[in-house]
Amino acid sequence: MKTVFAKTTGLTDRVFHYCPGCTHGIIHRLIGEILEEMEIIGQTVGVAPVGCAGFCENYFACDIIGAAHGRAVAAATGAKRARPDRIVFTYQGDGDGASIGLAETISAAARGEKLTSIFVNNAIYGMTGGQMAPTTLLGMKTATSPYGRDESMGYPLDLPKLLAQVKGAAYVASVSVDSPQAVREAKKALKKAFQVQVDGLGYSFVSILSTCPTNWGVTPVEALEWVRDKMKPYFTLGELKVPTVEGGGKE
Amino acid sequence: MAILMKGNEAIAEAAIQAGCRLFCGYPITPSTEIPEYMAKKMKKAGGTYLQAESEVAAIYMVYGAGAAGARVMSGTSSPGFSLMQEGLSYLFAAEIPCVIADVMRGGPGLGGLGPTQADYFQLTKGGGHGDYHPIVLAPATVQEMIDLTKEAFDLADIYRNPVILAVDGILGQMMEPVEFPGKYEAKVLPAKTWAADGCEGRPKNNVISYYLSSEAGEADNLRWGKKMAQMQAAEQRFAELSLDDAEYAFVAFGTSSRITETAIDMLRSEGVKVGLFRPISLWPFPADGLLKRVPQIKGWMSIELSAGQMVQDVRLVVNGRAPVGFYGRQGGMTPEPEEIVAAFKTQILKGGVRG
Ligand SMILES: Cc1ncc(C[n+]2csc(CCOP(=O)(O)OP(=O)(O)O)c2C)c(N)n1
Ligand code: SF4
Ligand SMILES: [Mg+2]
Repeated sequence: MKTVFAKTTGLTDRVFHYCPGCTHGIIHRLIGEILEEMEIIGQTVGVAPVGCAGFCENYFACDIIGAAHGRAVAAATGAKRARPDRIVFTYQGDGDGASIGLAETISAAARGEKLTSIFVNNAIYGMTGGQMAPTTLLGMKTATSPYGRDESMGYPLDLPKLLAQVKGAAYVASVSVDSPQAVREAKKALKKAFQVQVDGLGYSFVSILSTCPTNWGVTPVEALEWVRDKMKPYFTLGELKVPTVEGGGKE
Repeated sequence: MAILMKGNEAIAEAAIQAGCRLFCGYPITPSTEIPEYMAKKMKKAGGTYLQAESEVAAIYMVYGAGAAGARVMSGTSSPGFSLMQEGLSYLFAAEIPCVIADVMRGGPGLGGLGPTQADYFQLTKGGGHGDYHPIVLAPATVQEMIDLTKEAFDLADIYRNPVILAVDGILGQMMEPVEFPGKYEAKVLPAKTWAADGCEGRPKNNVISYYLSSEAGEADNLRWGKKMAQMQAAEQRFAELSLDDAEYAFVAFGTSSRITETAIDMLRSEGVKVGLFRPISLWPFPADGLLKRVPQIKGWMSIELSAGQMVQDVRLVVNGRAPVGFYGRQGGMTPEPEEIVAAFKTQILKGGVRG
């Protein structure tokens, strides 16, 4: 019988703890597939965040370092500088990468650290039960914006757009996983990001719009619709920066 | 051949000689000669000087590099050391070896640039969250800074624990004649089979610091507790001066121990039998060595560049069996030997203090 689909060897056999309809799982699979396809599982060190993906060392088949909340990029920087021959990536939520760890993200981009950050934007703090994130949309109700986020709480940060301005960032993409086609495009972007690192061109960053049906208080299907209807119009999408020949990146 | 060297530079040179090839830090007075020396010399040694965006980032760069198996260090001064406390707690829990130098300056707050020893509590009682202790070594001369820096890297690897060099601003800035490679002989170290540096040819490694259940959390804490007990049993270090015939003893480390030595000479010339107990490991506190002297000593006195922090540990060991006095200066000031002599006379000889 012909095999049409097999679980990637880039992931372990552990069952995900993610909620039904949470797209963290899809993003994990894409990364696992890329590690397998690029044959770099044994050469890769991943850095886990604090957030819903904080237990991802159970799922990725490569070595994992667990960082403190917001410090994944700093830890990844240390690992990569210590072992420049290794592929190093961070997997972070929007709170981890765009709030408490914003300085680390931008500074690593500015230094052109040769590592890859995967930024999973679900517009909320999933792990701690659905509080407001730096990416929470205006009007969106969360546990700490119970009447909806208003302008006194600031505006949602479009981090990939910001990073695309930074010279040391070689590749910046903003994608989604709300449809099969979007998943395919997300995988392409992720693969390019890893390739940019393999080629030593600079910092690569992929933002992925993701769901949190549990804390958004909607069904899995509604969550995907919400990504399409609410998040996609606000956050800049596409490849925002691709590498130039000299290194660094071009908008 | 002896050469003249600044304390901070001696730490940096000793680290490179000990095989440290990555330094991550953020400049702060009075420790800036450490990053500057690293920036100058690391490249030639085939290593990397990496200027972090903050001490918060620096300590996690150390964390990532150490987790990947590298010999790595950072150096900072008190406000920067405060920013590193969360990271030290994580380093302990993830059992990642590294060396951090804290060249102490005035506090609290931004404080002043002058030397202090006022980070003693933060250094020895665990400045971050949770039950943990790094090993803390306090040199008193520039030569000792070299020897202890080299040893610090080995201790970090042996125990898989952060090791901190506790240096006051005077020692960091002071020039003294030193010898390289120094007295310390490198130990045979365990292989870093636990490192997260790519799992080619072996099962994958995770270097993490959380536990999913309270049962697992307690088990981890008990295991760390055993490790700390092992360090307490094996790594207490101290030096003694003129204690064999002494009736009274000062306790002091780092720069204050050197000023105290002069005070001891002055008191001895007046016929007072007094000596010095100098902790070299601040954690583990050399309680066993101090305890041996307790039956013989009629009065103790702790001399510190702080409001009196180590004196609490001295009192715990002496435990009421003799008076324990304290004298210190703060905010970057250092005591004159005469002040120490006078304080000793009022508090100990005239019995002004009860232990
Ligand atoms: C220093 C510190 N502050 C706060 C927390 C609590 N905390 C854990 S995860 C988290 C937010 C996670 O949100 P995000 O990064 O968006 O990831 P998600 O769970 O949504 O995937 C917070 C605030 C922490 N662990 N450490
Ligand atoms: S809380 Fe939200 S982000 Fe976390 S696993 Fe559940 S759905 Fe996913
Ligand atoms: Mg989130």
